[in-house]
This record gives sequence, structure tokens and C-alpha cells, in this order.
Amino acid sequence: MLLVILEHENGQLVEAAREALTFGRVLAEKMGEDLEAALIGRDDDDLVEAAGQYGAETVHTATHDLLTDYGPDAYGSVIAQMVESLDPDAVLSCGSDRGNEFMANAAARLDAPFVANCTDANPGDTWEMTRVQWGGSLLEDATLTADVPLLTCGLHAVAAEIGDEEDADAEEFDVDLDESVTITMVKDRVVQEAGVTLPTAPVVVGGGRGVGSEDGFGQLEELAALLGGRVGCSRAVTNLGWRPHADQVGQTGTRIAPEIYIASGISGAIQHWVGAMASKHILAINTDKEANMVTKADWAVIGDLHEVIPAIIAEVQSRKG
Amino acid sequence: MKILCCVKRVPAPGAKINVTADGQDVDAAHLGFTTSPHEECAVEGAVQLIEEHGGEVTVLTLGTGDAEEQLRYAVSVGATHGVLVEADTNQWDPQRTAQAITAAIRELEGDEPFDLIMFGNESADAGGFQVGIRTAMALGRPIVQGIKGVEISDDTITARREIDGGFEVYELPRPAVLGIKEGLNLPRYPTMKGRLASKKVELNSITASAAEGGQARVKLHRPEETVSETVILGTGAEAAAAVVDVLDELGVL
Ligand SMILES: Cc1cc2nc3c(=O)[nH]c(=O)nc-3n(C[C@H](O)[C@H](O)[C@H](O)COP(=O)(O)OP(=O)(O)OC[C@H]3O[C@@H](n4cnc5c(N)ncnc54)[C@H](O)[C@@H]3O)c2cc1C
Repeated sequence: MLLVILEHENGQLVEAAREALTFGRVLAEKMGEDLEAALIGRDDDDLVEAAGQYGAETVHTATHDLLTDYGPDAYGSVIAQMVESLDPDAVLSCGSDRGNEFMANAAARLDAPFVANCTDANPGDTWEMTRVQWGGSLLEDATLTADVPLLTCGLHAVAAEIGDEEDADAEEFDVDLDESVTITMVKDRVVQEAGVTLPTAPVVVGGGRGVGSEDGFGQLEELAALLGGRVGCSRAVTNLGWRPHADQVGQTGTRIAPEIYIASGISGAIQHWVGAMASKHILAINTDKEANMVTKADWAVIGDLHEVIPAIIAEVQSRKG
Repeated sequence: MKILCCVKRVPAPGAKINVTADGQDVDAAHLGFTTSPHEECAVEGAVQLIEEHGGEVTVLTLGTGDAEEQLRYAVSVGATHGVLVEADTNQWDPQRTAQAITAAIRELEGDEPFDLIMFGNESADAGGFQVGIRTAMALGRPIVQGIKGVEISDDTITARREIDGGFEVYELPRPAVLGIKEGLNLPRYPTMKGRLASKKVELNSITASAAEGGQARVKLHRPEETVSETVILGTGAEAAAAVVDVLDELGVL
């Protein structure tokens, strides 16, 4: 059996968990095994049903008085117990911040190897995987020798797709936890902005060194607001202190996946590109027609962004009336 | 206060990353090297903490002798000591790396633990997402990853982790371990005084030994390149109408 650990937030499966189930469906087939899933800290029918839509036959639910919130030790401890008593042939989760964290925690408890951010996995006595290095700029073919392979699939390595709909059975899993797992639990949450955020925005208006100054981002803000989107930026910009790091797109920033990424004054270095490549469409605005961002884009405008962006704003305003 | 930062030396590639002919490593023949960005912020964060509270920052790296460059750099921006955990490559598998670092930390600490140990959330190159976690757990200390804010008081370390639209707060008892992300701060540049200190500092060296883990590299390769037939919508401001047509077609207006 392949066990997929589901990440959830606010009573919903996160997109990355849906991707993991999709990745898991293919992997379970290669293994010739059933696909099962695990929910930690919740046992809602909706979540069980959602997992079933992606092909999970059984969903093991672990609830406990101490499982009040997310915490790597709480999750890691439950997963380690599941490995011991459910005897899965492999365990998979998503390569999100949390997914990689709780899988590594479980691996440390089990003293077992863990392979993060796979884009492909082929079972066998020795498993063969392809995994993400350099945030996706490079791939590594690796082998894994383990009693129970533990792995995550890279973010956006596959697109989430419903399939082989199953009427998943929920099965309660008895966990044994003590207070120590609460040490690393979330103690508080602070919401800084409601509404569209960078990872989920349908439109991202990105600015790089070519924007020229902190104030130069005013025009990008205006365009983003008109399109119901968000401003993103390159690392050159965060290093210059023009924008907060939370706006950075790329290997050490955020991975975006908007309907369209409007990248202005950004050269398209590989570390930036890997954060932007899941965008459905890309439009580059650059003075240099040879820039990487331009050659990799679907559309481009060659010119000074300080002339192009105001003109786009005026055009959008006139069409919206 | 005693703080330890564990850092990794990585090549600093530009527009593309090339791989050596045997597929075992990044072709760094024409590249400089740097400290993995998350860890650069960890070092800056540690230096800021001792500036506020007093104490010492030790920087540790596991790798070949060349990695001394990154230890000296850390001293040039305010770290106090550097420790090289010598290995035959910078590319040990994650279990082996964690085991060797754990042993080195035990040796450095004796019976006086570091108040705080900081790792990068993941290394810029291999991105295994686990060395800090394995090390912390082997040492029996709590760890949380993805940290972009740290405050330290007499018995608690308060850490902030960025999430979509805000942040989560964690409170760990001392001693603890954090996986730091870029964005914790903007690392400073070395000063003249720092540069001098970095030349003079005596680095400590420990020989690493640890057993291979279950993950082994076969080869590195570049993903398939996106080939795009870029449609040029125009030049300068006059392209605006064509741009807005595209936005309209995509339904984002
Ligand atoms: C380990 C590692 C991790 C990294 N992680 C990230 C990351 O997460 N995100 C990231 O972005 N980078 C990252 N980088 C840095 C990356 O390599 C580049 O240095 C960075 O992305 C460059 O930013 P830029 O495109 O804004 O600047 P530049 O490369 O300087 O490009 C500026 C562009 O603006 C254009 N331009 C200039 N003026 C105008 C104008 N008036 N109108 C229109 N166009 C104009 C130029 O033609 C050029 O193409 C990382 C690097 C390393 C080593």
C-alpha cells in the first residue's frame, strides 16, 4: 500500500496535497499497490471525500486531544507510528514547506532515508528517483535503498487531477502522543493581508532591477490592483531593499502559478525562472530583446517599462470604462 | 550566549547551470562560490543576536578544504569562530551529513550546549530539506523550519514562519534549533576590520566520519528547456493595446 500524508488548512486539502494524490495514483499503479491516505488532526467527511476523488481507497484519520494545530513533531510522530503499524510499502507527501518538514521529522524518528521533491519515482528493490536540485534549475537522478521509502513530490511536479473516483472509507487510527509534541506546535497566527496572496494570485506583475527604484514600483502596484493581482519581484530588488522579501519570486522566494505573469525589467536568471515557470502564461517587458525572460515568454514587449506600464494602465482603464 | 550556524559552500551560477561530463557535480570551472543564501541570512541573524545580547557566533561547514573561504567570509561579517568538518566532497548524502555534523557539534559543545543552532531551511544546491531536522532530533532539541523572524529571551526562542498572507509564531525552549529562510534580514557586507579579522582567525578543523545513508546520486542533468516562440507584441507604449487584448483573452481584465 502507498500511503499519502495529506496536508490541509482551514478544513481543506491544500493544492499541493491534491498534487501528491495525483502523483501517488501513478506511483501506486507502478508499485501494483493500493493508494491510501492519512489525515492528521482531522476526520471531516469532506476531506475524506476529497481524497477519494483523487483515488484514495481508505483514509486513515488520526485525531487526538493534543493534535490541536500543525506541528512538525506532532505530524512526524503520527507518521512514524503509521509506518510501524499500517506497514505501508512507501509513504509520500507534498514538497511544500510543511510536507518536507514533517516527512523529514518522521524519517529522523525512524532513522530512515527521505528523498525530498521528486519529479519521478520508480519502485524496485532499489528505487530510482528523479528529484529537484537548485529549486528546479537542475534535476538529480538518485537511487534509494530503504525498508519503507519516504518521499515528497516537488511542488507543481504534476498538476492536480481528479481520477478513478473512489468512495473512500475513513478508518480511525489510534495514536499515542505525549505533551512533548506540542513544543513545536504553532502558538499563534498573524494575518497580515486578506485576499489575494502571491502564491495564489491570478495575475502577478513582477519587477526587477530594471524598475530602477522603490518608487518605480508604484506603477506596478497600480497595474496589479487593476487586474486583481499582486506585485512580485526579483532577488536583485529585495537585495536593494526596494521590496520586502515576501514579494520575491524564485528559488529562495515564492513559487507562483498565476494565469499570467507580467515580468518587467527582469532578466530571467535561472533561479528566478524556477519560481515563475509554473505560470500558465508569461509576458515579458524588457529593453533587451535577448533577455532570458523575453526568449522564454509567450509574449513580449520590447521597451522601457516606465513607458509601457503606464500605457497599459491607461488602456485597461479606458476599456473598463 | 553561544550560537552556532551551519552553512554550505555552493557555486554561484548565472543564467544557466552546467553539469560536469560525469554528471556528478555542477561544472564550477568558471564560477565563484558563495554561502547558500538561507545560511547567509542565518549568519547575519546570529551576529545581530550577539550584538544585542552579547556572546559568540561559531560557523560550521562540512566539506572540503575550499570551504574555508565561506568560514572566513562569515568571520568578515561578524562571526567569532569557524569550524571545518572535513569531508572528501561537499556532496555527502543527507543522513551522512547530519550524522557527521551531529558528532562535530557534540565535540564542540562538551557539556555546554549552544543556546541556538541555525541551519538554512535547505541548501541551495542539493535541497534535501532534512539535515537540520535530523541533527536537531539526534541532539534531542526542538526544531522548526522556514523561519524568517527570531527573538530570544532568557528561556524562550520566539520564531516566525511566513505563510500565505501572514505568519505563524512558534515558541521553543532554549536550547533549540531553527531552519532559517532568506528574508530573515538583509545580510551586511564585510567591513575592512571584518576582513582583517577573517584573515587572522584560526579555524578549527574536525575530521568527519559517518556512514552512508540510503540515498545515492546517479547523475545530475538539466531539465528540458522551455522553448517558446515568443510573440513580440510591439515596441514601447504603442504595444499597450495588444497587451490588453491578451489580458482580455485570458479573462483577467
Ligand atoms: C543560490 C541562489 C538563489 C537565488 N534565488 C533567487 C530567487 O529566489 N529569485 C530571484 O529573482 N533571483 C534569485 N537569485 C539571483 C539571480 O541569479 C539573479 O541575480 C536575479 O534574479 C537578477 O534579478 P533581475 O532580473 O532583477 O536583475 P538583472 O539580472 O540585473 O536584470 C535586469 C533586467 O532589467 C532590464 N531592464 C533594465 N532597465 C529596464 C527598463 N527601463 N525597462 C525594461 N527593462 C529594463 C534589463 O535588460 C535586464 O534584463 C539567486 C541566486 C543564487 C546564487
